[in-house]
Amino acid sequence: MIKAILIFNNHGKPRLSKFYEHYSEDTEQQIIRETFHLVSKRDENVCNFLEGGMLIGGSDYRLIYRHYATLYFVFCVDSSESELGILDLIQVFVETLDKCFENVCELDLIFHVDKVHNILAEMVMGGMVLETNMNEIITQVDSQNKMEKSEQSP
Amino acid sequence: MPAVSKGDGMRGLAVFISDIRNCKSKEAEVKRINKELANIRSKFKGDKALDGYSKKKYVCKLLFIFLLGHDIDFGHMEAVNLLSSNKYTEKQIGYLFISVLVNSNSDLIRLINNGIKNDLTSRNPTFMNLALHCIANVGSREMAEAFASQIPSILVAGDTMDSVKQSAALCLLRLNRTSPDLVPMGEWTARVVHLLNDQHLGVVTAAASLITTLAQKSPEDFKTSISLAVARLSRIVTSASIDLQDYTYYFVAAPWLSVKLLRLLQCYTPPEDAALRSRLTECLETILNKAQEPPKSKKVQHSNAKNAVLFEAIALIIHHDSEPTLLVRACNQLGQFLQHRETNLRYLALESMCTLASSEFSHEAVKTHIDTVINALKTERDVSVRQRAVDLLYAMCDRSNAKQIVAEMLSYLENADYSIREEIVLKVAILAEKYAVDYTWYVDTILNLIRMAGDHVSEEVWYRVIQIVINRDEVQGYAAKTVFEALQAPACHENLVKVGGYILGEFGNLIAGDSRSSPLVQFDLLHSKFHLCSVPTRALLLSAYIKFINLFPEVKTTIQEVLRSDSQLRNADVELQQRAIEYLRLSCIASTDILATVLEEMPPFPERESSILAKLKRKKGPGILPDIDDTRWNGNGNVEHSESVEGTNKSSPSLMADLLPTNRPRPSSSSPTMLSAGTMGSAHPFTDLLNLNSAPSAGASLLVDVLSDSFSPASQDVSDENFSRFVCKNNGVIFENQLLQIGLKSEYRQNLGRIYVFFGNKTSTQFLSFSSSVISSDSLKTQLNIHAKAVDPTVEGGAQLQQILNIECVSDFTDAPVLDIQFRYGGALQNIAVKLPVMLNKFFQPTEMKSQDFFQRWKQLGVPQQEVQTIFKAKHPMDTDVTNAKILGFGVALLDGVDPNPANFVGSGVIHTKSTQVGCLLRLEPNAQAEMYRLTLRTSRESVSQRLCDLLSDQF
Repeated sequence: MIKAILIFNNHGKPRLSKFYEHYSEDTEQQIIRETFHLVSKRDENVCNFLEGGMLIGGSDYRLIYRHYATLYFVFCVDSSESELGILDLIQVFVETLDKCFENVCELDLIFHVDKVHNILAEMVMGGMVLETNMNEIITQVDSQNKMEKSEQSP
Repeated sequence: MPAVSKGDGMRGLAVFISDIRNCKSKEAEVKRINKELANIRSKFKGDKALDGYSKKKYVCKLLFIFLLGHDIDFGHMEAVNLLSSNKYTEKQIGYLFISVLVNSNSDLIRLINNGIKNDLTSRNPTFMNLALHCIANVGSREMAEAFASQIPSILVAGDTMDSVKQSAALCLLRLNRTSPDLVPMGEWTARVVHLLNDQHLGVVTAAASLITTLAQKSPEDFKTSISLAVARLSRIVTSASIDLQDYTYYFVAAPWLSVKLLRLLQCYTPPEDAALRSRLTECLETILNKAQEPPKSKKVQHSNAKNAVLFEAIALIIHHDSEPTLLVRACNQLGQFLQHRETNLRYLALESMCTLASSEFSHEAVKTHIDTVINALKTERDVSVRQRAVDLLYAMCDRSNAKQIVAEMLSYLENADYSIREEIVLKVAILAEKYAVDYTWYVDTILNLIRMAGDHVSEEVWYRVIQIVINRDEVQGYAAKTVFEALQAPACHENLVKVGGYILGEFGNLIAGDSRSSPLVQFDLLHSKFHLCSVPTRALLLSAYIKFINLFPEVKTTIQEVLRSDSQLRNADVELQQRAIEYLRLSCIASTDILATVLEEMPPFPERESSILAKLKRKKGPGILPDIDDTRWNGNGNVEHSESVEGTNKSSPSLMADLLPTNRPRPSSSSPTMLSAGTMGSAHPFTDLLNLNSAPSAGASLLVDVLSDSFSPASQDVSDENFSRFVCKNNGVIFENQLLQIGLKSEYRQNLGRIYVFFGNKTSTQFLSFSSSVISSDSLKTQLNIHAKAVDPTVEGGAQLQQILNIECVSDFTDAPVLDIQFRYGGALQNIAVKLPVMLNKFFQPTEMKSQDFFQRWKQLGVPQQEVQTIFKAKHPMDTDVTNAKILGFGVALLDGVDPNPANFVGSGVIHTKSTQVGCLLRLEPNAQAEMYRLTLRTSRESVSQRLCDLLSDQF
């Protein structure tokens, strides 16, 4: 299962954090910092998997991450997930964001935290992969937007 | 068309975010945030009712502030109110806030549950999805209680929309993980299996996840899923990708679903039905074949998706471990990946090969890649990959290649990352011992280890080399010579001095014939290191000196002078001073005969499992911990693997087997016992060696240990070494030996508890007449009711057996019940007794209270008998977060802002027993400078205060 999904930028500023297990706010922030520390010191072109930090459960958990321009996308998972599968899931997530925001950039994530959460919720639920088909995800997001529009213009 | 238009949305939110981003300093940011928080707070508290839009806007702001790392302690109520809105957007924000910010034991859960209930019955699929998401994300027990029975019917109802089915399946899966006892099995299970045939691949994927988890728990109930999964997989793998709607990802047909199905099949042995079996084999072959085809796209996503399926197929082949041709093909495929230009694939190939190495069919095939793996160790840029290479070398090691592998690991050690050095040291030590053909090689290897990575050589490692030298006559002379030479180095590691002191003290006589290593030279050499060493090493050296007096009467006067010097006799350290005085007196008054008896050569050590192995297992984490979520424990259990390799090599003599029960009777007046029993007070390096498992402790307690060790066989003792680790946690491994591992998962609620005990058979042979029962002392029987369900009398090799214990706390108690386990293994009756970690604090319910309430109650409990206080030294580093976690784990609520000193911890809770409830307040005051704690407990009952104090004070 997926224990946490974190997005932070090259300076470690969190842009999205979603924990599927409960931690105190403090611990969550520490996990983000620890994860950033682990991931950011790695060279480009090394492998995308590494053992989790101590706070998130150590070697029983694995961090699977991708680095896009200014942002790191990190999934912390247990051994029941396929590493390459999760790596592709990150790609689907980013491609979906890209379609929804038209050339997504860090600012979109900052100003539309709620939207990003909603898109993520269409893919991952309670730490489990819900949907992997991008078209399906976008259809859902579209229908949500339509509802939103219809509610705004009474 | 962009799905999210950027123009609309909440202006106030955008302005606020821009403000934050324009802040030049952290202080400015905090100031702006506090201003906003105050604003929102006043809006929420204001008289004017807020409209849905404003609520939504403010809740969004709070979310943003939370993401920046600030605590949000209000707004929950407003978010809950949004749930009952009819507007989708408002409802959605409400749910979002709750799933990000509300924890599972919030007192708002009942209100939230109400909202969820309305949405679940609304028949509006969007609302239903929101509600199901919320249940899955929060996953609390209250929610499970409220909805666990309702969700299966949503899942299997004929008219449920696909997207809702997907959510319902995963929601059920989540509840099954968090509160398995509340999810009822029933007639829906059969219908869930048929979801594998569903038209919609998203539903199939979700169902496959759910079934995998359920099948791990009750394989029999879900056996029908095998044929459906194989059929589905076969359709995906063989069909042209056009049939699969949109689930083709970069030219790979439904990769995620394939992975899930292959995972599901890993819950079972190969299908018995021949037709089904050949259909599955066909699938696996097709997947392997596709790997050889030229890629349909150059994109990395294409190869990732394809290989995700391939690796899972290989995992299944390894799990089945029954088709030699497939295993060898898998091995060859991984061999290709070992040299692939993608680092990810090299990493995964190394990891998969570790498991492959444990199969007798493919062990030899794996070994052919040794050069590539060694090369990876030397050239990989990424430490994670190098670490996997170390693991694989360890897994593929056997008698034929041990020398090469150990040599390569040793040379890698010199440049290895600090984080993994200790692990490598342990692995080298284990391999060197396990595959030693001649002991000189073993001794050389360990001394090399100490020389190269002395700081990372743990006590277990050097204890072990001494045990082995003492137990093997033929290596003693060589060992003495080698340490003597190694000590010549001007700077040597303290661990080397310890080994050197010990070995020369025992066997220095074997090399004393050579004038270059005469007794005096040996003594001078050791003594030249003395002043550079720490107290425990000096103590050990003093013991070596007194042994010298016995071995070499000619150096007696020299040594006596050293002992007599002020720096010894008046040493500030009590231990050293006492040793010097006692050894000096002993050498003066005892006759040669007595001296010879007291200082006789150490008798052989009784054999037990190498403590190094145990240490590696600990380091590697709970390798075969009964984790139902973890289908691949085999994959990580390298240690277990090598034991099974050992099993296949039974014919060849192994050092381990040689060393196993030596059963040489120990003389009843054996020297070590005498040394520590009275005459010497405390000769602790020696006794430590006898008590490898005990933490270093004072001489007095060691004395008892030594006695119990020599007079009663250890196996009949009640094992309680892990007991105290369970005070603040509920799950983990409570006991482990070479045959059996016992893991626990426990949950408590008010005065009731339930423990799932998992017995893991670590051998390949079945245990017969297996029984496990709970024994309580007479007084405990009246205080605690424990009902143990009967268990199956046979446990297959490698299998796991589960037992459920139901517990009811009648009144407060101090003793702990004992789990008594008996079984036959290879004809011999085994009896194991384990102290069960059922402690009084398990029946805590945390209670939050305000500062003034706390102090009022604190004062009410002012009678001297109600308070227990203890001051004690910190045994672990004093880390606030760890302490927080421990106190929460102990079961009480942590109260912030109650104690005027923020460094102190204050907690409160209620102990629930059947007869009564006992309120409890506690306060823990750390003193970082002195590394001390003061713990104060006040409860209305003296016995409760005392017991809780004893339990908790042991944890820091």
